[in-house]
Amino acid sequence: MALQTKHRPGPLARKEAWEGRLYILPWLAGFLIFTIGPMVASIYFSFTKYSVLSGADWLGLDNYTKLFGADRLFGLTLYNTFYFVILSVPLNLFAAFLVALLLSVQVRGINLYRTLYYLPVITPAVASALTWGMLFSGDYGLVNAVLQALGLPTFNWLFNPKITKLVFVIMGLWGIGGSAIIFLAGLQNVPRVLYEAAGIDGANLWHLFRHITVPMMTPLIFFNLVLGIIGTFQVFTGAYIITAGGPANSTLFYVLYLYNNAVNFFKMGYASALAWVLFVIILVFTVIQLRMARLWVFYEAER
Amino acid sequence: MTQTRAEVPITITGGRKRSAAGLSTSGLGRLALYLFLSLVCIVLLFPNIWMISTSLKDSPQIFAYPPELIPNPFLWSNYLVAIQKFPFFLYLRNTLIVTGLATFGTVLSASLVAFGFARRRFPEREALFTVLLSTMMLPSIVTLIPTFVLFTRLGWVNTFLPLTVPAFFGGGAFYIFLLRQFYLTLPYDYDEAAYIDGASSLRVWYEIILPFSKAPLAVITVFTVLSNWNDFMGPLIYMNKPHMRTLALGLQFFRDQRYTQWNYLMAASTLTLIPVLILFFAAQRYFMEGILLTGLSGR
Repeated sequence: MALQTKHRPGPLARKEAWEGRLYILPWLAGFLIFTIGPMVASIYFSFTKYSVLSGADWLGLDNYTKLFGADRLFGLTLYNTFYFVILSVPLNLFAAFLVALLLSVQVRGINLYRTLYYLPVITPAVASALTWGMLFSGDYGLVNAVLQALGLPTFNWLFNPKITKLVFVIMGLWGIGGSAIIFLAGLQNVPRVLYEAAGIDGANLWHLFRHITVPMMTPLIFFNLVLGIIGTFQVFTGAYIITAGGPANSTLFYVLYLYNNAVNFFKMGYASALAWVLFVIILVFTVIQLRMARLWVFYEAER
Repeated sequence: MTQTRAEVPITITGGRKRSAAGLSTSGLGRLALYLFLSLVCIVLLFPNIWMISTSLKDSPQIFAYPPELIPNPFLWSNYLVAIQKFPFFLYLRNTLIVTGLATFGTVLSASLVAFGFARRRFPEREALFTVLLSTMMLPSIVTLIPTFVLFTRLGWVNTFLPLTVPAFFGGGAFYIFLLRQFYLTLPYDYDEAAYIDGASSLRVWYEIILPFSKAPLAVITVFTVLSNWNDFMGPLIYMNKPHMRTLALGLQFFRDQRYTQWNYLMAASTLTLIPVLILFFAAQRYFMEGILLTGLSGR
């Protein structure tokens, strides 16, 4: 690389360093303006009563005590969100992995399939959410028609608080194209020599899968798991469009509740406190995963 | 990993080949495979198929029970009506402005920042890159409210600025990460030769790094176009005035009438989908190739 000595950087190295700082400046400035600044402001807001129109009045811990004490909906939205995350994340991860395996076969025309499988991801959320609303309609929905034809019981999917969350879990499965494509990239990059060597040693398909594919894929499984949990905790659009949180608040997910507080009730301070509680929850999950990663994520050339 | 990756052929060819999972395919097995691929495909595409089918139906048929898949008659005129039912071309224009500016900003600034992280050495580099990586794990909800307050104070609500200006500040940690991983795989000899010839680093970025990076840049472009074209929460928060709505948000207001006109709504949805669909098919080869080349297989 460039001329540089360890102890006394020459003029060339100093120029290189200043250039480097200049190149990353857009990100660094954006990080300060759009991440650090808002985070600090958000902590402050969370201790105040604040609607954008008036100034912020200091409340101390009132928002938080209200949140954990008096707010019945807070607990309910947490329950709804955990329910959704616990079902949706593992299911999506598993389905995405299977789809990626399927799409990793090397046959003519496979690229067309890869593209088609990705289509649900590029459909506008409003369009797909409303289509799902139609398909799950209790009166004229196709899902019930199919169940009826098969002699199975039908449900009023979107109006029965006991099952509405399940509808969102099912809908979520149509978004697996994003993580599937990341898995697919990983599968393509598993060195073929590994399979060949194991094949010579007499390993069968299951052994190859279990002892080569899966370990080589653990970094990506980890990547998709961490980002999947972060994203799923913030589920919003589908519930906002289809059910607006109903019926009986059964689909009032955390971020939807936060949005309602901020935008509909102008309770910016309270919504900020909500945001920080969710942030801490997600952070705890992320840190636990980073710790656990050592136990099961396999990195090549570990030093 | 880098060396091994280069040896693995990426081109997809027919004939007997082993898949990444080690399955070999031949004859009957291959037929079954195609059938299975198509079956899963139909299941995954079913909402899209239903959307298009509904867009061509007349109102009574939409509520027929049991539901019918094939429109009878095919009402292509629904599309003409849909365009008149809401300001389609105005929303299209807004969407194009937001998507165009945000994509330009993201691709430009992400590739410059990634160049700094991958090709220039400075003492704080590793520490700052770690910070950048950790921001990927930051839930966006924490910054939402103060950012909203900031843009409101600046008078940016109901302008294109809140949806486009942030894109010029690096365009997102994930894209910077992807590009940086790719830049690291390019040999430094080219840069060095150019520097010896007296080229500036900006020229090295523009004339050496960018031409080599078409595939990963295509990936980022497609991702950015898609996420901006379909963004719902951003316009929902910042575009309250009807004339500033984008297509993805505008669709929502087909429901403001007393009852939903499903066929027109679905026709408008299909029209919204078509441009990105064309882009995705056009960029497909680059896209798949680029996904494989970027650091996505991540180490």
